[in-house]
Amino acid sequence: MPTEPGEHPQPPSSTPVVTLSRVAAGVCLIIPFVALMWVGSYSRTSPSLIGIPFFYWYQLAWVPVASLLTYTAYLLVRREERARKGGDAR
Amino acid sequence: MKNDVNGVALGVFVFFFLAVTAVGFLAARWRRADNLMHLDEWGLGGRSFGTWVTWFLLGGDLYTAYTFVAVPAAIYGAGASGFFAVPYTIVAYPLVFLFLPRLWSVSHKHGYVTSSDFIRGRFDSRLLSVAVALTGILATMPYIALQLVGIQAVLDVLGIGGGDSTNWFVKDLPLLIAFALLAAYTYSSGLRAPALIAFVKDALIYLVIAVAIIYIPYKLGGFDDIFHKASTAYAVKNPATGKPRGALTVAPAGQWSYATLALGSAMALFLYPHSVTAVLAGKNRNVIRRNTTILPLYSLMLGLLAMLGFMAVADGVGKGVKGYNAQLAIPQLFENIFPSWFAGVAFAAIGIGALVPAAIMSIAAANLFTRNIYKDVFRPQATAAEETRVSKLVSLVVKVGALAFVLSMDKTVAINFQLLGGIWILQTVPAIVGGLFTRWFHRWALLAGWAVGMAYGTWKAYEQSSPTQAHFGGSAANIPGIGKLGYIGLTAFVLNVAVVVVLTLVLRAVRAPQGVDRTSLADYTVEAEGEGKPLTGPGSEPGVEGGGLPEPAGA
Repeated sequence: MPTEPGEHPQPPSSTPVVTLSRVAAGVCLIIPFVALMWVGSYSRTSPSLIGIPFFYWYQLAWVPVASLLTYTAYLLVRREERARKGGDAR
Repeated sequence: MKNDVNGVALGVFVFFFLAVTAVGFLAARWRRADNLMHLDEWGLGGRSFGTWVTWFLLGGDLYTAYTFVAVPAAIYGAGASGFFAVPYTIVAYPLVFLFLPRLWSVSHKHGYVTSSDFIRGRFDSRLLSVAVALTGILATMPYIALQLVGIQAVLDVLGIGGGDSTNWFVKDLPLLIAFALLAAYTYSSGLRAPALIAFVKDALIYLVIAVAIIYIPYKLGGFDDIFHKASTAYAVKNPATGKPRGALTVAPAGQWSYATLALGSAMALFLYPHSVTAVLAGKNRNVIRRNTTILPLYSLMLGLLAMLGFMAVADGVGKGVKGYNAQLAIPQLFENIFPSWFAGVAFAAIGIGALVPAAIMSIAAANLFTRNIYKDVFRPQATAAEETRVSKLVSLVVKVGALAFVLSMDKTVAINFQLLGGIWILQTVPAIVGGLFTRWFHRWALLAGWAVGMAYGTWKAYEQSSPTQAHFGGSAANIPGIGKLGYIGLTAFVLNVAVVVVLTLVLRAVRAPQGVDRTSLADYTVEAEGEGKPLTGPGSEPGVEGGGLPEPAGA
């Protein structure tokens, strides 16, 4: 994504844009895309689970997994936001 | 197909329907504010909804007749390829997590009610904001139409949809009555009505799914038997085309289309005016974030419902009936397997599940028209009360427009209604989502990209034929350069972005006027009042360009 043109200059003292928790949150958000858009990796019927072919239960299993990953991203982002707010309220 | 009226099921259905109607009218009193004639009140419920109400509202909003009727019908018709709706609703939330909190913040700060309000403030272009508004209204119409198809499917199976012998008025009378009631309480209660009814709807839906997913496999001899029978049924070749009806997995040739349909639909989901409405009705930023983590519960429900399509095949619903309307498969399955009274409950769940989103969608489309076309273009001096009056009237007009869609269009491929809407709404992504993160794109480039995407998408969709329709019969077409079938909406979107980027470079080089950006960087991370001071730090999302403004952004 291109950056903002110079109308809002960045204050020199601000915390870095790329931080560890942001990268981690980003990874959490990207994983479901990679897993689910790669259809070839799960388009088969076996092993089946209680009679449901792999294709179906595997994708359904991604619902709670993706939800947990998004929640992790939420916690990471919120923690960082709070830390920043604390830092700003001088 | 049975066409006789089932008295018990009909009685239960009518009972729930009337109960919900009463709730709809009473909703006007719920969390009543001082001034219902303000658009914030009628159209956004006073921006007061917390996490749970928002969850119900968004659930009521996003999981619609699409979920209950169109997706299972797609599975019933072709097997695995219809299951793309599951990855679609899974990847939608991480995507939303990235940009909706920003939209909420900037809208809260500047009092925006629609995404077009934001475009106008950000890019200072009335033309672009009107284009986005028109796209939203246009894309919502087939989506509302899909809801009506869902209600109609239930009415048909109940035996009150009218046979072929009756004239169109008698045939569609129950639908018209249901519709008139919906329109009336939406008119009087605004967004509060669907928010309150969404509770009833979800309770019914969860009950029906829980029962269906246990009871139906039990009656049909377990999942092994269901998938075995379905697999046999899909393998039967269509004598006309020589191709099998479907399969239990997606063959390599169909995988691009599976993935692009899922991704395109996911990107489109939260740009629909009704999703934006429900998001802006939330009372703070974290309500939105928390919701992206709990909304997937509904995706689970969608997946389970989708599998009902296989159960309908295994049960032999519509077997041997020439030109069987796949949309009827699920209601028919319920009628075949459940006792009458519970079939009535299930029908009520589907019917109400279609009415709630139809109400929210029409409110959202009406807000768009009033704010961004009526007020911006025709009557800039309109008062808040006048805005609300116009919105209420337009919510009626939009519903009548959708009704016209249903009564005149072929309904056997209902899922295409939604995918057609998606093709259009995706063309607003560069302006809205792009605009939330950067002001680099030039407003004229965005407009040109939008026009190219809309033209290409509509043209390609028009070209698709199906056995029952000469045009608008499908949503996937050959992707130029890749040579596989893919979702038209996504191809058009890529084209759109390419045009935007190239033209932005050109327009910036010739120093075309950029317009005034009325938002500031800090606006995108503002919190609600009373939740501590607005953040002055950089954008709170990962991967976003930073640079906080030093001055406080008092909300």
